[in-house]
Amino acid sequence: MASDVEPMVLKNPTLRWIEERLPILSFGYRHLVAYPTPRNLSYWWNFGSLAGMILVIQIVTGVVLAMHYTPHVAHAFDSVEHIMRDVNWGWLLRYLHSNGASMFFAVVYIHIFRGLYYGSYKAPRELLWIIGVVILFLMMMTAFMGYVLPWGQMSFWAATVITNLFSAVPLVGESIVTWLWGGFSVDNPTLNRFFSLHYLLPFVIVGVVFLHLAALHTHGSNNPVGIDLTKKDKIPFHPYYTVKDLFGFAVFLLVYLGLVFFAPDLLGHPDNYIPANPLVTPAHIVPEWYFLPFYAILRAITFDILFIPAKLGGVIAMIASIAVLFFLPWLDTSKVRSARYRPIYRIFFWILVADCFVLGYVGANPPEGWLVTLGQIATLWYFAHFLVVLPILGKLERPLPVPESLSAPVLPRGAAVPAE
Amino acid sequence: MRRILRLLGIALVSATAIAEPGRAAVEAEPPLRETWPHQGIFGTWDRRALQRGFQVYKEVCAACHGVKYLAFRNLADLGFSEEEVKAIAAQYTVRDGPDDRGEMFERPARPSDRMPGPYPNEQAARAANNGALPPDLSLIVKARKGGENYIYSLLIGYEEPPSGVVVPEGMYYNKYFPGHFIAMPPILQPDAVTYADGTKATVGQMARDVTQFLAWVSDPKLEERKGTGITTMLFLIALTGLLYAYKRRIWADVH
Ligand code: HEC
Ligand code: HEM
Repeated sequence: MASDVEPMVLKNPTLRWIEERLPILSFGYRHLVAYPTPRNLSYWWNFGSLAGMILVIQIVTGVVLAMHYTPHVAHAFDSVEHIMRDVNWGWLLRYLHSNGASMFFAVVYIHIFRGLYYGSYKAPRELLWIIGVVILFLMMMTAFMGYVLPWGQMSFWAATVITNLFSAVPLVGESIVTWLWGGFSVDNPTLNRFFSLHYLLPFVIVGVVFLHLAALHTHGSNNPVGIDLTKKDKIPFHPYYTVKDLFGFAVFLLVYLGLVFFAPDLLGHPDNYIPANPLVTPAHIVPEWYFLPFYAILRAITFDILFIPAKLGGVIAMIASIAVLFFLPWLDTSKVRSARYRPIYRIFFWILVADCFVLGYVGANPPEGWLVTLGQIATLWYFAHFLVVLPILGKLERPLPVPESLSAPVLPRGAAVPAE
Repeated sequence: MRRILRLLGIALVSATAIAEPGRAAVEAEPPLRETWPHQGIFGTWDRRALQRGFQVYKEVCAACHGVKYLAFRNLADLGFSEEEVKAIAAQYTVRDGPDDRGEMFERPARPSDRMPGPYPNEQAARAANNGALPPDLSLIVKARKGGENYIYSLLIGYEEPPSGVVVPEGMYYNKYFPGHFIAMPPILQPDAVTYADGTKATVGQMARDVTQFLAWVSDPKLEERKGTGITTMLFLIALTGLLYAYKRRIWADVH
């Protein structure tokens, strides 16, 4: 990459002095200023930088919240109310952080589906994609443990239900659960370790995000046309994409702060304003909205599969629903990246989107009657999309003619390139 | 044979016990849809209603329910003067100490104290209420689906049970309560309080007032939040517009 980049010129002697000893300025210059970026990126390409900005917001609000929060079963709930009522701007911090988690997932899900649509996971970006799935996984752990911290009814029961899943592991299941809890039920040791890890994991995410960016900057961004671009179809990151990302961030803030200021509890569950009580089980235990599709997959396996009991089957299915993404670069056999030139894939893409919404709906409701069947069909389709449709489709589908470059006219396949 | 029957009986009983959560599906009626002065983007508290609601809470509900996150000083937000807040606090006694002889002692409450609840602990609360626990009401509006509408409906939702429905001993029939049987008696009766501002104390009026008071206790920063929100949004809309114009200008030579 570095070869395509305009060299940096430093006039200021102090900056030159620093650069000679620690080439951090040229590093920033190469990656944030001159970095050659496709000139045809659509607004769907804003969501990566948005996710990065939310990560920063979560860390800043989180660190300040931690200054006022008490990780103890007898005080956690009270300390969150103390933040809401007595700490200056505490209500703002907490609502920024809780809604920030929701926005983080919303943005990252859009980011992921963008990748699915434009085939951004294909060579040479497989590792970039895999690192992204690792980030998703770390985010889920972080958000799950964060949700436990306010120690409301849903906090406690979500922690109980999810940690209990490990008891499905044959032979050592029960021991694992006891080890996770640090005792014989979800209790103070559990809350303490969740707080510790909830503080730690976001910084691990920061590290992995740097790997993600390093991989990205090795081959550059994919683009809506999905072809490799030449130098003349690229523009420097600054000022074009700095200003576009800033504009996107402002639009994002309108939505995010709209929630924070005018409907801060819209995405939360009322039961989490009831202090945790191990003796009272809520009528319906539901996770936060961003986990609902996975929850539906977990509960879809209501039957034993050969020697695998239903409970373990559900856990395996849930883990597999994310793990399958690791193999996506090899499951999709089509050489064409962008769905723009894959008419059939485009249809399956939207079916998958709809399928995820159906799973979310099923996950939000008690598993009764026809919803169980619906959840099972949707789960089956989810896996079929990746394991059956994608491998076959790549072989059967006839892609539309793909242009050679952004400026070149689209030629019918097999036509000779006209002489200039 | 008898043993098998007994085992079957036990199995049946435990099966129904497990199915218990499903039985909460004695669906309560959806709450009434009221309009509240504090709802919506521009909504603010009706302070006179909050003061009346505080009176209802203090004179009726406080016999069984605490609002433990409420400090007397917070009452200034309802429009009470500093002197009035001091006077209200002084009507309560709180336990303090130890003093320099190591003794705990009782003293009149100060504005910085939190409002003392009716019972020293959960067991005492249950003992006084037929085994039921009157929940602390500090967060009740946020902690129930339907919020204000549910609380208001619940307070006016007592009625004669439909024929054939037997209400258990010590319970009351309320059509808005999940499962219909609630351990709280229909405590709001006409003229249960005498409002200082002359408002007629009908059941509906008291229910609306105390619901607004409880909404305020649940979300005391509502006005600060929306006020900041409106300023922030106006600023953001302007900023977004500017950034868009700037983006168009910078990109003009690419398109
Ligand atoms: C005589 C004692 C008593 C008084 C006075 C009383 N309550 Fe209750 N309240 C209870 C009990 C007991 C419960 C628990 C009911 C149950 O779980 O079945 C309860 C429950 C509640 C609930 C929770 C219902 C739910 O959805 O779980 C609310 C809200 C409530 N009361 C509001 C009030 C208000 C407002 C007042 C004053 C107008 C009041 N109560 C006065 C005893 C009382
Ligand atoms: C990856 C970024 C992060 C995500 C997705 C995340 C998510 C969450 C979630 C979902 C909650 C529960 C919100 C609620 O209902 O109250 C929470 C609470 C909390 N988080 Fe985070 N968090 C992140 C980073 C951090 C960091 C870096 C800290 C710093 C220590 C932190 C500290 C806290 C604290 C103290 C709470 C409890 C207070 C509260 O509940 O509001 N978080 N987090």
